[in-house]
Amino acid sequence: MHAVIAFSSVPLFLGALLSDWAYHSNQQVQWVNFASWLVAGGLVMAGLALLWGAVDVLRSAANRHRRGLIYLILLLASFIVGFINALIHGMDGWAAMPAGLILSAVVVLLAVTASVVGLARFLRRAA
Amino acid sequence: MKTRDLRKAAAFAAAIVLGATPILATTAAEPSGAQYGNPDLPPPQRGLLPSMSIAEPAGWGERRPTVPQGWTIKAIATDLKIPRQTLVLPNGDILVAEGKGGGAPVLKPKDYIAGIFKSRGTTSVKGGDRLTLLRDTDGDGTYKGRWVYAENLNAPYGLALVGNQLFVANQDALVRFEYVVGQTRASAPPVTVTKLPSAINHHWTKSLVADADGRFLYVGIGSNSNVGERGMAVEENRAVVWQIDARTGARRTFATGLRNPTALAFEPASRQLWAVVNERDELGPDLVPDYLTSVREGAFYGWPYAYWGANADRRVQPQDEQKVQATVRPDFAIQSHSAPLGLSFVQPGFAAPFAEGAFIGLHGSWNRSPPVGYKVIFVPFANSRPSGPAVDFVTGFQADGKTMGRPVGVTVDPKGALIVADDLSNTVWRVTPAR
Repeated sequence: MHAVIAFSSVPLFLGALLSDWAYHSNQQVQWVNFASWLVAGGLVMAGLALLWGAVDVLRSAANRHRRGLIYLILLLASFIVGFINALIHGMDGWAAMPAGLILSAVVVLLAVTASVVGLARFLRRAA
Repeated sequence: MKTRDLRKAAAFAAAIVLGATPILATTAAEPSGAQYGNPDLPPPQRGLLPSMSIAEPAGWGERRPTVPQGWTIKAIATDLKIPRQTLVLPNGDILVAEGKGGGAPVLKPKDYIAGIFKSRGTTSVKGGDRLTLLRDTDGDGTYKGRWVYAENLNAPYGLALVGNQLFVANQDALVRFEYVVGQTRASAPPVTVTKLPSAINHHWTKSLVADADGRFLYVGIGSNSNVGERGMAVEENRAVVWQIDARTGARRTFATGLRNPTALAFEPASRQLWAVVNERDELGPDLVPDYLTSVREGAFYGWPYAYWGANADRRVQPQDEQKVQATVRPDFAIQSHSAPLGLSFVQPGFAAPFAEGAFIGLHGSWNRSPPVGYKVIFVPFANSRPSGPAVDFVTGFQADGKTMGRPVGVTVDPKGALIVADDLSNTVWRVTPAR
């Protein structure tokens, strides 16, 4: 279930990446303001999934599987990079570029990978 | 939405607590002293978090601000409702503008966090939106007479008297009262002279001064952002000084690119307009210097494209190379982030070393650790130009990690005194030569 929550951070992080890309190409400053909120939203979802996932892994020994840990580590990585990205997006205007754009891309990659690993486990268990 | 805000708030708050770590926020040494003349500008720098440092407010108790030897300081009014600027009337009465404007919406999660932080350094009293009149009824230096001269104004700030017309710059309009010497209450509601730019109102204070013959009024209008991060469309008629015809209310733009011109005054000998300006944040502890400058007609002072002459600010994209090159270098640098909010030139009768020059009220920094400002300084002039480094005049607003007061408006009283408004302790101070 937490994999579904983790997956829900992907569209938010993806939105942030697209907004950053828009700002980078057309220099309309509102895009980076949008991105700032989307990063924050993605962090909330990733944070919730991280908490739930951690509790889940710690609670049942059966879940202490290699894939379970990989999923958790990927999720943690996307949260940490996402948090740094949020701080970068706190800078005014072009000061967030290009670091913000690069970090947004990294976060999307991490969040997608975490979600795929997590959802694969979820589906296998459901089957 | 709400939960998201709160969560972000908690995360940022935690990060701010950890913000002492150098990788997160840039920290600085004690201020390097006066930056008189042509200051050395360090390269821009900013950690992952902006430096934020505000000492906790505390009551004055037995403490008093410190003044130079040969001077005394006395509170002439307390329990005001956020006093900002003052005006000495012809009969010696003092008018105090009280209020709090602004309320720009949160632009990014960061503004929400920073807002909580900055509000810790301000009073919890609600702005009075009024003018209070103080009177020294028997000439003994205590102002026992106190009346509300006018109320229901909208964050009044700048004050100017031309003949019998009292002009007040609200945060959204320039208004006028008919003033009769000796009155303690306005006889009629104010008349609007002209609207002032007030959309968003990130920097809401509207400073005001009248020229010597009372024909023109000058209004300082601050920018709607730190450095254009709300987009340049909302910066139309912002970061400018307007010239307004006192009789007709007709206005035109007099000078541009002044990020937040919080106080205006005429140098008496040359009749030249001067301003103190709050420059941009988040470029490091000693960048960008705030400044005192003569305001020349048609000149562009840089905001947001450049600072202190042709130093481009790369946070503004697309850049405007023409604007960068056109940027006028201000006359006198004030310690970065110290937030000058008051400006008043001395009048004949002040003893040396304060015989020629200007007093400046420094409200104090938020974007710097350790904090700077929180005092009143004096900039000596000779031949109507700054002639040396600034000297401290009133200090002691911070002590033992606490902040007792924050100076705003300063006004020279022709009787040879200086009036200082303090918007943290809600006090008006009067500094006089000791006899």
